[in-house]
Amino acid sequence: MSDKSTIPFGPQHPVLPEPIHLKLVVEDEKVVEAYPAFGFVHRGLETLAQKKDFNQMVYVVERVCGICSCMHGQDYCEAIEELMGIEVPVRAEYLRTIWAELHRIHSHLLWLGLFADAFGFENLFMQTWKIREKIMDILEATSGNRVIISVNIVGGVRKDINSEQAKWILKELDEVERQLKDINDVVMNNYTVKQRTVGIGVLTKEEAYELGATGPMAKGSGVDLDLRTTGYAAYKYLDFEPIVEKAGDSYARNLVRMREIFQSIDLIRQALGKMPEGEISVPVKGNPPAGEVISRLEQSRGEVVYYIKSNGTKFLDRLRIRTPTFANIPALLKILPGSHLQDVPVLILTIDPCISCTER
Amino acid sequence: MLDMLKSVFSNLSKKPVTRMYPFEERKPFDINRGHLENNIDECIFCGMCQRVCPSNCIKVDRKSSVWEYDPFECVLCGVCVEKCPKKCLKLDVHYRSCTDKKYNIHLEKHDDSEKAGA
Repeated sequence: MSDKSTIPFGPQHPVLPEPIHLKLVVEDEKVVEAYPAFGFVHRGLETLAQKKDFNQMVYVVERVCGICSCMHGQDYCEAIEELMGIEVPVRAEYLRTIWAELHRIHSHLLWLGLFADAFGFENLFMQTWKIREKIMDILEATSGNRVIISVNIVGGVRKDINSEQAKWILKELDEVERQLKDINDVVMNNYTVKQRTVGIGVLTKEEAYELGATGPMAKGSGVDLDLRTTGYAAYKYLDFEPIVEKAGDSYARNLVRMREIFQSIDLIRQALGKMPEGEISVPVKGNPPAGEVISRLEQSRGEVVYYIKSNGTKFLDRLRIRTPTFANIPALLKILPGSHLQDVPVLILTIDPCISCTER
Repeated sequence: MLDMLKSVFSNLSKKPVTRMYPFEERKPFDINRGHLENNIDECIFCGMCQRVCPSNCIKVDRKSSVWEYDPFECVLCGVCVEKCPKKCLKLDVHYRSCTDKKYNIHLEKHDDSEKAGA
C-alpha cells in the first residue's frame, strides 16, 4: 500500500476567500505533487465585449477584479486609445498614475492583512486594514466610490483632483507612511513571520524566468521585470527604480511588497508635485478601426495583458485578458512540491492570488 | 517586540477606529455615488442614459413619457449623469436602504405642456 494520500485544498478554504482548488498529494506531511483546478467563478466577461459597445466595456473590465479594478480599466482604455490613435492629455496620464498607485498601496495592504491572517497574526490583519481605510477614503473622496472607482474612459479620465484635495492626500499619505513604518519594523523583524517565511518556497531566478512569473513573484526572485519602466501613463516623467530582492523565498516576496508600498507613496508625491494644469480628457468620435492591439501594464500582482481585436464597428471582435495570477500559477506549482502541508496556505498567499482575475 | 508595545499603549488611550453603526453613521463624501435620482419634470426622454448605461438598467419610452430604472442592476458608474443633456439625472450621496424585495423605479410625466402648446 502506498503511503501517499491526497488532500483537497479548497475551493472553500478558511485562509482564502476565493475559490481555487488544489489537489495535494502528500507523503508524510510533505507535499509531493499539486494539481490545480479552476472555473468556479468564471463569468465570461470577455464574451461581453461582443455584446456591449467599446465605451460600455470600460465598466465591465473594471469588474474583472475588485482590487486592481482601476488598472484594468486603464489598460483597456490605453489599448483602445492606441488602436484609435488618441493622445491622452498629460494631466489625465498623471491622474491615472495616481489612482493606479493608490490601488497598488491598498492592494498590498489588503494582501498583507490576509497573509498575516493566514498564519494567525490577527493583530497585524487589523492594523493593516486600519491603515488601508485611509487609502479607501482618498479613493472615495476623489472618485466617488471606494473600490470600483470608474474613473478611466477612452480619451482620458472622468474626475479631477484639485489642489485642496492634493494637499489633503499628501497629508493622509504622510500619516499612512508613518503608521506603516511602525508596522514594517515589527513585521519584518518578527520571529514568527521569519520562521514561517525565510527559506520557504524558494523560486530561483532561472525558474521564475522560465515559468513566466510576474510582479512581486518575479521581483522577489531577482528578475528585474517591472512594466512601469516601459513608461506608460505618467511613469515616463517620474523617477523610480524597480524593487528587486534576490533571495526568492516567501520573505523576499513580502519585502518586495512592503517596499513597493513606500515606493508607491513616493510616486504619488512626485506625481502630485509634477502634475500640470489642463484638460483631463479629449472627446472621442467614431469607432475603433479594424485591427489588433496588445497593451500591458504593471498591476499590484504583476503584468496584465489586454489583447483586443476590433472589426471597425462599435463592438469588439475579441477581448482577451491575461491576468498576473494566471501567470503566477505555474510558479506556485513549482514551489509547492517539497513544502510542508502547514506551509501551503502561506505559499499560496505569497503569490497574492486573485482568482476572480484568473477566471474573468 | 518593544516596538509593538508602543503601539499597544497608544491604542489603549485612543478611541476605537471602528464606528458603532447604525447608531453612528459616517458622513458621506461630497461626490459619493450613492443612488441615482431623476427629476422627471425636466426629463425630455431623449434616451441618452439608456444608450450609455453599461448595465442596461435604464429604459426610456419616449412615446408614453416613461422613464424606468432598475436600481438592482445599476452599477452606479454615473456615466448617465454626465451624458444627460438636461442635467435632470443626479447621483445622491446616500445609499439606498436594504430590502428583501426587488423593485423597479417607474417614473411617468403627466404634463399639459403638449396640450398648451398645441
